[in-house]
Amino acid sequence: MIPPAFDYVRPHTVEEAVRALADGGEDAKVLAGGQSLLPLMRLRMAFPQLLVDTGRIPGLRGSRMEGDTLVVGAMTTHHGVLHDALVRRHAGLLAAATATVADPAVRHRGTLGGSLAHADPAADLPAVILALEGELVAVGPRGRRTIPAREFFTDYLETALAPDELLVEVRLPSTDGWGFHYEKFQRVAQAYAIVGVAALVRRDNGSIAEARVGLTNMGSTPLRAPAAEEALAGAGDAAAVKRAAGEAAEGTRPSRDTSASPEYRAHLARVLTGRAVLAAAGMG
Amino acid sequence: MTEGAVEAEVGRARLRKEDARLLTGQTNWTDNIQAAGMLHLAILRSPMAHARLERVDVSPARELPGVVAAFTGSDLAEGMGSLPCAWPVTEDMVHPDHPPLAVDEVRHAGDPVAVVVARDRYAAADALEAVEVEYEPLPAVLDLEAALAEDAPLVHADKGTNRCYDWPLRAGEDYAAVRERAEVVLKRRYHQQRLIANAMEPRAVVVTPLAASGEYTVYSATQIPHILRVMLAMVTGIPEHKLRVVAPDVGGGFGSKLQVYGEEAIALAVARRLGRPVKWTESRSEGYLATHHGRGMIQDVEIAADRDGRLRGLKVDLLADMGAYLMLVTPGVPILGAFMYPAIYKMDSYEFRCTGVFTTRTPTDAYRGAGRPEATYAIERIMDELAAELGMDPVELRRRNWIRHEEFPYDSIAGLTYDSGNYEAATDKALALFGYDELREEQRKRDERGDTVRLGIGVSTYTEMCGLAPSRVLRDLRYAAGGWEAASIRMLPTGKVEVVTGTSPHGQGHVTSWSQIAADVLGVPFEDVEVVHGDTRAAPQGMDTYGSRSLVVGGAAVHHAARKVVDKARKVAAHLLEASERDLEFTGGVFSVKGSPEARKTIQEVAFEAFTSHDLPDGMEPTINAGHVLDPENFSYPHGTHLCAVEVDTETGMTRIRSYVCVDDVGRVVNPMIVEGQVHGGLAQGIAQALYEEAVYDDDGNLLSGTMADYLVPSAVDLPDFVTDRTETPAESNPLGVKGVGEAGTIASTPAVVGAVVDALRPLGVTDVPMPCTPERVWRAIHGEEDPA
Repeated sequence: MIPPAFDYVRPHTVEEAVRALADGGEDAKVLAGGQSLLPLMRLRMAFPQLLVDTGRIPGLRGSRMEGDTLVVGAMTTHHGVLHDALVRRHAGLLAAATATVADPAVRHRGTLGGSLAHADPAADLPAVILALEGELVAVGPRGRRTIPAREFFTDYLETALAPDELLVEVRLPSTDGWGFHYEKFQRVAQAYAIVGVAALVRRDNGSIAEARVGLTNMGSTPLRAPAAEEALAGAGDAAAVKRAAGEAAEGTRPSRDTSASPEYRAHLARVLTGRAVLAAAGMG
Repeated sequence: MTEGAVEAEVGRARLRKEDARLLTGQTNWTDNIQAAGMLHLAILRSPMAHARLERVDVSPARELPGVVAAFTGSDLAEGMGSLPCAWPVTEDMVHPDHPPLAVDEVRHAGDPVAVVVARDRYAAADALEAVEVEYEPLPAVLDLEAALAEDAPLVHADKGTNRCYDWPLRAGEDYAAVRERAEVVLKRRYHQQRLIANAMEPRAVVVTPLAASGEYTVYSATQIPHILRVMLAMVTGIPEHKLRVVAPDVGGGFGSKLQVYGEEAIALAVARRLGRPVKWTESRSEGYLATHHGRGMIQDVEIAADRDGRLRGLKVDLLADMGAYLMLVTPGVPILGAFMYPAIYKMDSYEFRCTGVFTTRTPTDAYRGAGRPEATYAIERIMDELAAELGMDPVELRRRNWIRHEEFPYDSIAGLTYDSGNYEAATDKALALFGYDELREEQRKRDERGDTVRLGIGVSTYTEMCGLAPSRVLRDLRYAAGGWEAASIRMLPTGKVEVVTGTSPHGQGHVTSWSQIAADVLGVPFEDVEVVHGDTRAAPQGMDTYGSRSLVVGGAAVHHAARKVVDKARKVAAHLLEASERDLEFTGGVFSVKGSPEARKTIQEVAFEAFTSHDLPDGMEPTINAGHVLDPENFSYPHGTHLCAVEVDTETGMTRIRSYVCVDDVGRVVNPMIVEGQVHGGLAQGIAQALYEEAVYDDDGNLLSGTMADYLVPSAVDLPDFVTDRTETPAESNPLGVKGVGEAGTIASTPAVVGAVVDALRPLGVTDVPMPCTPERVWRAIHGEEDPA
């Protein structure tokens, strides 16, 4: 568990950080909380030559409202997210899922932006941001740009971020008034989810008017379950929800590991989608 | 309180003397040890399960900054013996060579290939990447049955076979005849998955040489400093009296540090060559490959009974995975279990056979319980199967077959003499605490209404053999050493007490418990006792800590030694009080003359007199010291009844433990808090085997569960609140009446949990779920191997 040698810088502004990343090229990595990156380095599975620690850059933590949009700083820790009143009101799903991330020690160090930029499909937050239809704001040498979550996660541990771009904030349209639930299925509390389902539900007259379903660990990226979402629209009782949830694994390509096979993951996605949506809709 | 009516220390839930240090980080782990000029070792390990080493070139590593030396297996081979196996279980056991550093072949992923020595551990780790190795792949040997086939590829080609040994045991009537007559015969196959002990502290070793005098101090995170000293002397040729072995603070072992490891021999060899202190500390993922594994067996079990439930016979056929090499007690682990398959039950016939098999995986060896959990699992599971076959309640089936309390001492069919026990009392208490009848009623109701979350109830009425071990029994089992334990006690001039023990605690709290034992006998305050251990210079004799032996053998030795101290102190006191020894009373640490209570001497006063030696009886040696080396007469036999209720979600396959009750009979209890801690930890570990942990290999022999992300160790939040209670039937074989508690929870809980899972699913046609009962395995068991609709 000894990492290879690396250089380390701790810039004080976003501009300095971007310059350091640009100078470092492909061998530079952002250290945003280190809860995924450092273990990979210690296992000698990642070999960055430069770590750019963004932990001391002011203005990258905390939340604010811009109209109906909640803006959360990328360096907000999971603990910070969990206890943020704005997050709880406008993105309750994010708070609920964040509460299931690892353990308190990790939640005090790990950050929202770090988790999203790491883009592990088995991590809880990427699928949540997909379901929340968030946008990710990056700053690079070519300026600032906004990337929709559905275009952000490109492959296993890959994102639309260029190596010299820094994720600075996450913009989430308010889902105040929506029902939400994160259903995480794991063998022990500290393990990755075998499958996780993030459900958001807007109800109208007792029926589901609109449902969004994000899937954790059902492919090389976090996924939505469009077929299930479509089938859920209009569902008015538990039986209809469960029926619709049967579509949840459509189009997914889950992996095999020591905890589960692809076909079992597909089965879980269907069962857990039903449970998550019922809980989100208050029908459970 | 009147004089003499001192509250007994034994039986008190004393806070542990060790904990203030442990909890405030003022510990002395091996990895914390620093020495001037110390060098750091890093070990290159085979990435392949089986390969010929065509070329190992360490010279590029030697060129790197900070690197002091690098060695291949051939470089260190001179003067280096094979790592020891102390338990050749049969005369013709196949015993392959086991070099600490591979010389021409690697036989499991993680087999060490080269060692790099550098000024810091970073340089050492970096230099590993510069070592050049050419591997010529050889076939992996993984399947225990296939490994025994005529034309199977061989782990050790020079041995001509993968069969390590066959070890049979037959007792009672001829099994075939008993089977013929029996009304019911059931056969089942169970798999004991490989487990990896996750001691909180990884392994580490530091060696400091005194080159001028040829002396070496070996600090190691080991359970066995005394055995290690003997064995390292034999492996390296360094004379035993020039070796000092220290087990500093050691953070858990669970059997994994009951070993003589290659890294210990390598560190000693390197320190000897370079004349400099060296340190090696394993990382967790390195330990998963290089620290011995536990379990790893296929059990074919057959039970023969009458329709009324009476057991007639038991037949057990084991295939035991030795892994690539025989380590300290590798072959003996399944043999320890051989005596425990009949458990607490009476029967007419017992037949056992174990075949040890070499594979290209990390060697197996002792893991908490070592053979006994495997035995208990198999018998308790097949008792459940028999109960189901007969339509009988599983507790009732056990009741019909167990040894009744009035039948003790009882000679078990496997040849052990169970000295004491009361299975009725423990079971009745457990059933009441558990609410057995109410849970059975709930189970029936849930079944009727087709609840998708099913309730299951598991029971385990276990016994085990602890207190290893009577030396003559070990001789008969062909074990290479004895099973005694040593203790000595020094009364210091100020009346304080030093207890020196040959046990080597690594979390068990011996300092506390031994203080309680000595304080009671000597009549001194608990706080006035210090316990010295874990250093062959300070505690020169001992057989160390494993197999729930320490209290039963080592604690009893402390008791005997303390009695000898009192005997001598009585002589001194009688002399000082001018009374006859016969007229002296000794209570609460005070000698007084019967009938004249004002004539008194405290044991502290006596100790001081013995120190000055100004006025001792003629011919008496000064000071009061006493030692005792105890060879136990018998094993001890803890027992108990564990009950587990699980809820199984049939839609997902997830198992949740709803309640867990255990009533253990570990004899007299020295410190109830320590006992409860041992039970809790043991339960966690046994439950982990049932539900969570498994060393998983792929078809090429790579360890897939190579980090804690894939090898799932449960934490407190994953476990239920345990309801623990006890009955106390004192052991007859030692003066304390103690039986040992280190392994009971692990031994008992695994079958209780898996039994509960199977009980929940039995109406769906399920008779087994392989361990660990992962959600997917449970789900597949419910649905067969079909994909869900």
